[in-house]
Amino acid sequence: MNIPAELRYTKTHEWIKEENGIVTVGLSDFAQQELGDLVFVNLPQVGDAVTAGEAFADVESVKAVSDVYSPVTGAVCEINEALLDAPESINQDPYGAWFIRVENVTDTVETLSAEEYEAMPKEG
Amino acid sequence: MDLKTPLYDCHVALEGRMVPFAGYVLPVQYPTGVIREHMAVREACGLFDVSHMGEVLYRGPDALANLQKLLTNDFSTMRDGKVRYSVMCNPQGGVVDDLIVYRFSQDAYWVVVNAANRHKDVNWMRENLFGDCELTDMSDSVAQLALQGPKAGAIFAKVCDQEPPTGYYTFIPEMTVAGVKCLVSRTGYTGEDGFELYCANADAPALWNALLEAGKDDGLIPCGLGARDTLRLEAAMPLYGHEMDDTVTPFETGLGWAVKMQKDDFIGRSALAGNEQPARRRVGIEITGRGIAREHCDVYLDGKKIGVTTSGTHCPYLGKAVAMALIDGPAEDGALTVDVRGRQIEAKFIPLPFYQRKK
Repeated sequence: MNIPAELRYTKTHEWIKEENGIVTVGLSDFAQQELGDLVFVNLPQVGDAVTAGEAFADVESVKAVSDVYSPVTGAVCEINEALLDAPESINQDPYGAWFIRVENVTDTVETLSAEEYEAMPKEG
Repeated sequence: MDLKTPLYDCHVALEGRMVPFAGYVLPVQYPTGVIREHMAVREACGLFDVSHMGEVLYRGPDALANLQKLLTNDFSTMRDGKVRYSVMCNPQGGVVDDLIVYRFSQDAYWVVVNAANRHKDVNWMRENLFGDCELTDMSDSVAQLALQGPKAGAIFAKVCDQEPPTGYYTFIPEMTVAGVKCLVSRTGYTGEDGFELYCANADAPALWNALLEAGKDDGLIPCGLGARDTLRLEAAMPLYGHEMDDTVTPFETGLGWAVKMQKDDFIGRSALAGNEQPARRRVGIEITGRGIAREHCDVYLDGKKIGVTTSGTHCPYLGKAVAMALIDGPAEDGALTVDVRGRQIEAKFIPLPFYQRKK
């Protein structure tokens, strides 16, 4: 399983990258493997408020739907519209296929380093 | 405790993702994923472990009379080596299960039932057994593999010298396939041509491996329960517990063709009589808005709730989201929407089946 060292992770399998106060969020390699072939993504809109620990998007595989949780509280400043037409890119390149970028971050859930995330027990 | 099929070790070796299903542990998919497994069956071939299905033997001079009473279809016109689909109803006309019947001889039949209903079915069958007829639940000693897809015939020919059953819904009771003694029928649950092979548990891994090896160059891959469900849904084949159950009649779910009201009395007949054109019916829906409707989504026509979806998914081959639904009344024109977790998503009625293979 691919867990890039430079990113941080949530217990709900999102990855986070912070640059200049902007937080980019995506799904981990473990999450995309668990979900299977993704065929649909529902994203928020630019300007929407997201709340740490609450669902901000959902992803659907042929078999099931799953929520994606926001690691931070803030305002969505950019969404990856390419995902809407190519949800399979999440399976192919989970760390390139970011979901949203968030600014004005006021709160963050507990996050894990790559090492901690790798060591975390995961339900298979 | 969930049971393992005789192919459990094969699935684990192939890195199948094992999940509990109908009392068994079965692969929902292999590392190839549901979409590629689905497409393999439409375009080449897929191999499924369906050993969880139940097989019940009816044997004796009154075997036919029992089936005539128990099931809705007419078996009096059936010949040896034929397979026939049927519904088994309760006295209220609801569906106990749907199943297929294999006729070996006038006095011997196999009834193949859904795994999830096996114990309920066998109890129901025993309760209604009469005359000189013996009933044996053989499920635990029989394995079943399904070889499905346009290349199934070519792959089968590589592992068997004998001519396979040629007509759809026919079978040959004893064939030697890759050195394994099998019953082979031209049946399936994917909307494609193909075979279902029944063999002794102990022989199942050898048969599984031989078929996979024989079909490698033809694009044959193992397929899990996930693809089995999307394939049957794309072909709009009803599934027990979704499109029908104890409270839904075969006429409501569009299986009236398997109910022969003209034959002698059968269980459920009096309740079904006069209800051959029910208000409630099964329809096909395409999701035209953004989203995927699953089962149990409310369906609205011009803002008024008319029914509920029974199955739904994104169809890999058709490339669109569809659902089946039970609705009250005809599929009339109007603004159709489906409530997907609180969002009203635009939809339209489309004819069933969603997918039909070119013959």
